[in-house]
Amino acid sequence: MKLTLRIWRQAGPAEPGRMVAYEVPDANPDMSFLELLDVLNERLTLEGEDPVTFDHDCREGICGSCGVVINGQAHGPRALTTTCQLHVRSFSDGDVIDIEPWRSVAFGVLKDLMVDRSGLDRIIQAGGYISAPTGSAPEAHSTPVPKPIADSAFDNATCIGCGACVAACPNGSAMLFTSAKVAHLNSLPQGAPERASRVLNLVEAMDAEGFGGCTNTGECTNACPKGIPMDSIATLNREYLRASLGRK
Amino acid sequence: MAVTGLLMLLFLIVHMLGNLKIFFGRTDFDHYAHWLRTIGNPVLHESWYLWIQRFVLVVAVVLHAVSAYQLSRRDLKARPTKYSHHQRAKAGYATHIMRYGGITLALFIVYHILDFTTLTLNRHGVDGAAYDNIVSSFSVWWVTAIYIAAMICLGLHIQHGFWSAAQTLGYNRPSRDRAFKGAATGLAVLLTVGFLIVPVSVLAGLVD
Amino acid sequence: MSFYRLGDDIADTTAPDVPIEQRWDKRRFDAKLVNPANRRRHTVIVVGTGLAGGAAGATLAEQGYHVIQFCYQDSPRRAHSIAAQGGINAAKNYRNDGDSVYRLFYDTVKGGDFRSRESNVYRLAQTSTQIIDQCVAQGVPFAREYGGLLDTRSFGGVQVARTFYARGQTGQQLLIGAYQALSRQIDAGGVEMHARTEMLDLIVIDGRARGIVARDLVTGEISTYLADAVVLATGGYGNVFYLSTNAKNSNASAIWRAHRRGAYFANPCYTQIHPTCIPRSGDHQSKLTLMSESLRNDGRIWVPKNPGDTRSPDQIPEDDRDYYLERIYPGFGNLVPRDIASRAAKNQCDLGRGVGPGGLGVYLDFADAIKRMGEAAVREKYGNLFEMYDRITGEDPYKVPMRIYPAIHYTMGGLWVDYDLQSTIPGCFVVGEANFSDHGANRLGASALMQGLADGYFVLPPMLGNYIASTKLDKVDASHPEVTATVAEATGRLDRLLSIDGERTVDSFHRELGEILWNECGMARTEDGLRKALGRLPELREEFWRSVKVPGSGASLNQSLERANRVSDFLELGELLCVDALHREESCGGHFRVESQTPDGEARRDDDRFAYAAAWEFGGTGGTPVLHREPLEFDYVHLAQRNYA
Repeated sequence: MKLTLRIWRQAGPAEPGRMVAYEVPDANPDMSFLELLDVLNERLTLEGEDPVTFDHDCREGICGSCGVVINGQAHGPRALTTTCQLHVRSFSDGDVIDIEPWRSVAFGVLKDLMVDRSGLDRIIQAGGYISAPTGSAPEAHSTPVPKPIADSAFDNATCIGCGACVAACPNGSAMLFTSAKVAHLNSLPQGAPERASRVLNLVEAMDAEGFGGCTNTGECTNACPKGIPMDSIATLNREYLRASLGRK
Repeated sequence: MAVTGLLMLLFLIVHMLGNLKIFFGRTDFDHYAHWLRTIGNPVLHESWYLWIQRFVLVVAVVLHAVSAYQLSRRDLKARPTKYSHHQRAKAGYATHIMRYGGITLALFIVYHILDFTTLTLNRHGVDGAAYDNIVSSFSVWWVTAIYIAAMICLGLHIQHGFWSAAQTLGYNRPSRDRAFKGAATGLAVLLTVGFLIVPVSVLAGLVD
Repeated sequence: MSFYRLGDDIADTTAPDVPIEQRWDKRRFDAKLVNPANRRRHTVIVVGTGLAGGAAGATLAEQGYHVIQFCYQDSPRRAHSIAAQGGINAAKNYRNDGDSVYRLFYDTVKGGDFRSRESNVYRLAQTSTQIIDQCVAQGVPFAREYGGLLDTRSFGGVQVARTFYARGQTGQQLLIGAYQALSRQIDAGGVEMHARTEMLDLIVIDGRARGIVARDLVTGEISTYLADAVVLATGGYGNVFYLSTNAKNSNASAIWRAHRRGAYFANPCYTQIHPTCIPRSGDHQSKLTLMSESLRNDGRIWVPKNPGDTRSPDQIPEDDRDYYLERIYPGFGNLVPRDIASRAAKNQCDLGRGVGPGGLGVYLDFADAIKRMGEAAVREKYGNLFEMYDRITGEDPYKVPMRIYPAIHYTMGGLWVDYDLQSTIPGCFVVGEANFSDHGANRLGASALMQGLADGYFVLPPMLGNYIASTKLDKVDASHPEVTATVAEATGRLDRLLSIDGERTVDSFHRELGEILWNECGMARTEDGLRKALGRLPELREEFWRSVKVPGSGASLNQSLERANRVSDFLELGELLCVDALHREESCGGHFRVESQTPDGEARRDDDRFAYAAAWEFGGTGGTPVLHREPLEFDYVHLAQRNYA
């Protein structure tokens, strides 16, 4: 397969960037999308050009490192799929593919397709945890958790922190990411003591990072490779109102 | 935005139902229009209730607009660089045009007040003759066209806005999502159709 | 010629000489404590933020130490522990099915093919129950039953249901738990977190680990970080094979640099191969993906009888198919242990009967299962795995048999540590997959997560405290000659890599290294093959330093340079891997020497000659490594040969 890749090239955070076109004449349909970039990079290296920088690690859709916007879609055209799990067979011979970094003022471009997502870590640091110092835990069966609650907590806990929600949101909002953590921890009995402070602190940290506000467009959940649902955002709002009104 | 939006939505439902009184004829309708000014009598003085309602609505509109403006500014600031490949929005059209639909509605409200409240733009323009004022406006095809466009905007705004309010206020749950989406569409259709029956009927000569 | 020298035996002197159930209590009681008020003044470096590193960093900071922590990823939430699917073992005995600490200990020693240290394994089993309590308190959403209590399942052929799990994402959930605990400490100021920062070397002063040299991967800046102790939690070295189920950037540089500075490397030849991975699709393949072994419960494995049969699988009649596992192992059939299933697949492919690209694959066929159980039942049981397979290969396993092939999955070897998890460099502690501690020659399913968290949450912190409390450490600063020398060495190495400007890419060397190791030191190892590899590897290393091409500069973000640096270490590690495999003339666990097998092809251990852990001392690049043997004694679990025929 012959593909043309138009890739955002930017030498550093303060440098100007632009889209540059590259031909890949020997793309194999069985390649993953990142392997396609690997092949291009091998060639660029031998030609003495700077290879394309992009984040990636596990390449099995769970670490959350990878993520680029492909033809205007975060993680590309396949639903519930990270960039590393997308394969070249999703495209056709002769296609021109636009590849761009996540765009959000909170995600500065470091180089080419790599962005700084540390804002998401700072949101978690503000309260996305249960304070249970090592050794202080009670016996695991001392607090049964109803299965539906455990299952819903799990669904929200599957967030991989890739940032696709922010990239897809026309407002650059991190509501889905933040709400997944609130919905995960606030629904569990173990998370109850810090329920109010957690949601207030997370939202405050989210706002401080410069992420946009939520207008419930739902682009986030459509782009999310783990399918975190929109009702997590409703949960966050519910918890936030509850905490703001001082209800225990 | 959710609270002010719901407040306005409540007003719109009552407003729409009141409008339909026009089908009971001139006397009934003008009587109804007059009654609006006397609600709360004799506890409240003549028109006081109406002014209270107007005040609340203006506050709601202003707050709604200010929040929208602040949110938009924040959102535009959060995403200063657009993708060079146009994003294919997966969300519906209603969601997509909230911002512009809102601005359109704001302009429409000004026009609407100048038309039927202050009667500045009204062709008939007789205080107390609500029925004739209405008929005079809607007999003009392009006035009706403006109303049709505005009411479609309103319907779209409500379709996303009502469900969105359920999200924002935290009332939505997986089990209720379909109900809220259905109610949003139902309200949107109800209000758009309900409001449009009057001008279309006037234009069609059913009311004169 | 001999590829190694024999040095003095080595022994663990820290496990107390009391009955095994009392050792950990006794050790903790004997350990010196650091006054809580003084802990803030002690700095500990933790490299890596996987289960072991994340848990260690969080716990040490909770106890009051000042922790400086590093990871090469952009966030401490991404370490490859996250990809573990199956579950985590714990001797809770919630099922009342006869489980106990002793049984978990027994299973782990036996599963490790009697090549692990009993003291350490017993402690692991003891600690396992606390891990579950800790994780539940952190909000880890383990699978639960309708009554609200935790669900468990049996895993990896054991008879008791002691594996706790969170759907197929147990590693992710446990790691997020540790990451959140770590995040809490970052916010509280107890942990100074350096993401996107990679350790380049270990700083050893007066024989003690006192810090690291690290490179900021974004700016390229090289800095020194000094501390009272260094904890390495950098995972395994499976990527030495290039293709493995490890994350693309997982590397052995931290442990290899520590090895070069004096830490012994134990049992590098113990590598675990997983039989049910998705085969490579071509030369572009960058990594392999594992699919749960549970597929073998209902799928039937076969190859065409005739070598070179290119017919599509549905065109091959029953008579022309060889269900080789069912034929060779009628008792266990498709459910033989991992290593046996893996070797059998390799043997079939070596006979030219392999299927798919390059003939490196065998069929795993669900046609009979679909006939027997119905497609709906198969979908219910394996739907998500089938979907994953379809996503990667573009083939529908409901219609076409899956193709599978073994792949490197986990490395049992690692830096040698004593009972305190301290390496042979005082002050350098090693936790998780990076050490050799608990799994012997073979790791049981759902034990990796257990070990990482046991080390990080519960074992390391008191032992690290003991080291700090009982050691007089002089103050050092960045101007110390050892520090400047180490920085100069690390910088010089990167400069050299950049200056070669040859004609081959880093990846081409890595691929070639992987191919040599996979062929000669993979599933089955022979003396001839290993000698051949040991002839070729030094040449490859020299060629690398002569003709690798690393574009760009060291003063900015440069992923090629990062890879080149890692591959340069893999090249050296690969040699030691082959030396260890060559010297161990027995088959045990993940190490199968063709010369040492029973008449029916089973692995044959040689306990008289090889019941020891092989701890290797660095002998210089291209030099001769020195073997120090730690004899293993089995006072509780009696040596026995396993048998699956």
